[in-house]
Amino acid sequence: MIRLEKRPQPSRAWSMATPLVAVIATMIVGGLLFAALGKPPVEAIRTIFWEPLFGEFSFYYRPQLLVKGAPLVLIAIGLSLGFRAGIWNIGAEGQYIMGAIFGAGAGLAFYPSDSFLIFPFMVIAGAFGGWIWAMIPAVLKTRFGTNEILVSLMLVYVAEQFLASVSLGLLKNPEGFGFPGSRNLQSWDAAHNAELIAGTGMHWGVVAALIAVIFAYVLLNRHMTGYHIRLTGEAPRAAKFAGVNPTRLVLFCLGTSGALAGLAGLFEVSGPSGQISIDFNVGYGFTAIIVAFLGRLHPVGILLAGGLMALTYIGGDIAQSNLQLPAAAIQVFQGMLLFFLLAFDLLTNFRIAIGKPEVA
Amino acid sequence: MTVPLLSLQGLTKAYPGVVANDTVSFDIGEGEVHALLGENGAGKSTLVKMIYGLVKPDSGKMLLRGQPYEPAEPRQARADGIAMVFQHFSLFDALNVAENIALGMENPPEMRDLAARIREVSETYGLPLDPYRTVGDLSAGERQRVEIIRCLLQDPKLLIMDEPTSVLTPQEVEILFKTLQKLQSEGTSILYISHKLEEIRTLCDHATILRLGKNVGECIPSETSARDMAEMMVGSTLQTPERGSREFGEIAMDISGLSVPAPSAFGTALKNVHLTVRKGEILGIGGVAGNGQDELLGVLSGETLTEPDAVKLHGQPIGKLGPTARRKLGVLAAPEERLGHAAAPDMSLTENAMLTGSVREGLEKNGFLDWGATKDFAERIIKAFDVRTPGPGNAARSLSGGNLQKFVIGREVLQDPDVLVVNQPTWGVDAAAAASIRQSLLDLATKGAAVICISQDLDELMEISDSFAALNEGRLSAPREAAGLTVNEIGLMMGGAHGMEVAHV
Repeated sequence: MIRLEKRPQPSRAWSMATPLVAVIATMIVGGLLFAALGKPPVEAIRTIFWEPLFGEFSFYYRPQLLVKGAPLVLIAIGLSLGFRAGIWNIGAEGQYIMGAIFGAGAGLAFYPSDSFLIFPFMVIAGAFGGWIWAMIPAVLKTRFGTNEILVSLMLVYVAEQFLASVSLGLLKNPEGFGFPGSRNLQSWDAAHNAELIAGTGMHWGVVAALIAVIFAYVLLNRHMTGYHIRLTGEAPRAAKFAGVNPTRLVLFCLGTSGALAGLAGLFEVSGPSGQISIDFNVGYGFTAIIVAFLGRLHPVGILLAGGLMALTYIGGDIAQSNLQLPAAAIQVFQGMLLFFLLAFDLLTNFRIAIGKPEVA
Repeated sequence: MTVPLLSLQGLTKAYPGVVANDTVSFDIGEGEVHALLGENGAGKSTLVKMIYGLVKPDSGKMLLRGQPYEPAEPRQARADGIAMVFQHFSLFDALNVAENIALGMENPPEMRDLAARIREVSETYGLPLDPYRTVGDLSAGERQRVEIIRCLLQDPKLLIMDEPTSVLTPQEVEILFKTLQKLQSEGTSILYISHKLEEIRTLCDHATILRLGKNVGECIPSETSARDMAEMMVGSTLQTPERGSREFGEIAMDISGLSVPAPSAFGTALKNVHLTVRKGEILGIGGVAGNGQDELLGVLSGETLTEPDAVKLHGQPIGKLGPTARRKLGVLAAPEERLGHAAAPDMSLTENAMLTGSVREGLEKNGFLDWGATKDFAERIIKAFDVRTPGPGNAARSLSGGNLQKFVIGREVLQDPDVLVVNQPTWGVDAAAAASIRQSLLDLATKGAAVICISQDLDELMEISDSFAALNEGRLSAPREAAGLTVNEIGLMMGGAHGMEVAHV
């Protein structure tokens, strides 16, 4: 009989190995899935994982990796702080939208000034927009004990309505011939989040994501706040005994994740996307939840996971157009990745034992 | 020669890494009260689990009245007339007594008949119990009665009792002993597990002593001194903690008129608690578990905030200060629950040293943590308190309960507190380590610290306290000088026998 036995302490080796094992298992089962759909499995897997990095058109896809990966990493880093402490911000998508609206709005208020202060001001406004949107569930939770999962999630849909409203009204481009959407920030130098080195995809959002990774690493490993976050997640009673103030922690975690999601929205609207429009948001805020867990809530892990996720998105797109794989199959493939990760994660704390169970 | 009721022959049971029982043999005679003595981890529990069919021995055999006895499961053991009262009760709070008892029966009779039988048995054995009361409202002693009556309804030949008195007041213990003696006079054998030696001396006919899984000796308890039995258990000469002569200084901690509502439906409200403890004094607080011990510790540690004036340190109100601020002032605490409260299970010992040590040991500068110094601190605790672990990098949950307890107490004692509050400081710790923990508390008091020791172990409290008070349903009795208190007086302070009377045998 096969059963699971709790390890006396978590296995370090397995905690490093599970993401790799999960990726390999996803490749195998995903390959079987593609084969069942009548597509060449090896070719499909190669297209997803190899083509964007080293294929014929990789000069185009590699910058895309950074463009897609940066917002995922930036948002996921913020989410991971709260997730570690058992504070569940599911509404990063809404904070991302609000960051974009606040940031773009703050900039457009000064159109067409060419002051070099415009962009920094937009960055601050973007972070503030995400922060204030996250403060709603935070204050409701600390004041009235509401569930932050529900409140933050519902606020995503409120934010989407806001987005539609400002696209059609407040921020609508006066010279846009009546089309919904704001002015294009890409064509306004003072507000444009341009590539720092042309052709690399490297923009300020990528820089911010890398800084966030380092910041989170230092916070979690070297700072009291990070220690309190981990302690709260692992043993809430011990955290209280240690003197953690739960209210402050909720405000800090939700606020930080909101601000980072807002930053991601601002860098996106002022850079790759260029304008506020009704369909501005494409689900980074939700995918970042997967990225956070795929990276084991560890800053460096999240960096790698964000890259991997961006890879499957871009590779998935290529596979769709080159091999005519259905979009749903790609989504299943991505879902599989999270599923296998969580499944193999069990082996960090348990080992498989074969034999008769002991009643004791 | 008469055939013994149950004969154990060479029972061995090994778990990965540890031999829990190593060729243990002894006999339990008909109508005998047989004590099984040993420290925590000596293998007592494994042994009775084998008898009760919960664990299968690796080798060796058991004979029940001369016939081979190999219970595959507890049901079979019960069918053969063996019943067991566990240390931890398995009762449903929301159901009444009769319903709880019916749940454990193979073919429960009509509820009315069952209630009548419960009344009958409870009266015969001096264990008054209303079958229709909800278990959630019963005291620990009464709950134990439910478990005992559940066993007695099966008319057992052998009754196994695992540390039955740990949750009882002295008066309740007396009632229990009367019941057990009546059972014995009717020919029921009892296997009585305990480490309380005086109890065993009054109650048991015969004792088997286990140490590290081996049967290391037998004795007639009434003819052996408690000290000799203790030394057989430990395997070495016992060091009795020494009280240095010390003088009490001014009042260090002062609680007056403190009332706190119950933190949850299963908590206890504190009602009008008064206490003072002076520098150099050890105040022992006794009481049966669940009478407000956790809540009192929370108020002292700063986890539960109160009106500022309700808790005073050297005359300064500190009721509104949280744990960190209190640590800064020198008020330290060690809660009872080690895993999850005093320590984070999955974190390393180094990280757990940070948990309370950051302020006083200077492990934090401007919010940044000094892990090197923390590791040194953890190593100092491990060394000073003889914590058995490969190193400070190991997770707290990988330590045995006793070792983690040593770490938790050591962490606070080494921080040189002005006021130390401990709850159940030696729970689950072996006798030698318990003695060294008690000694460290006494040393701390000698150096001028005020110590509040909350414990359910009366022997421990009598050994170290200068004054004694008891918690009963959230009320604290007036503290009295510990020297000269009789067991009877202590029992009354703990709430007596909760209105029960001794069996009329």
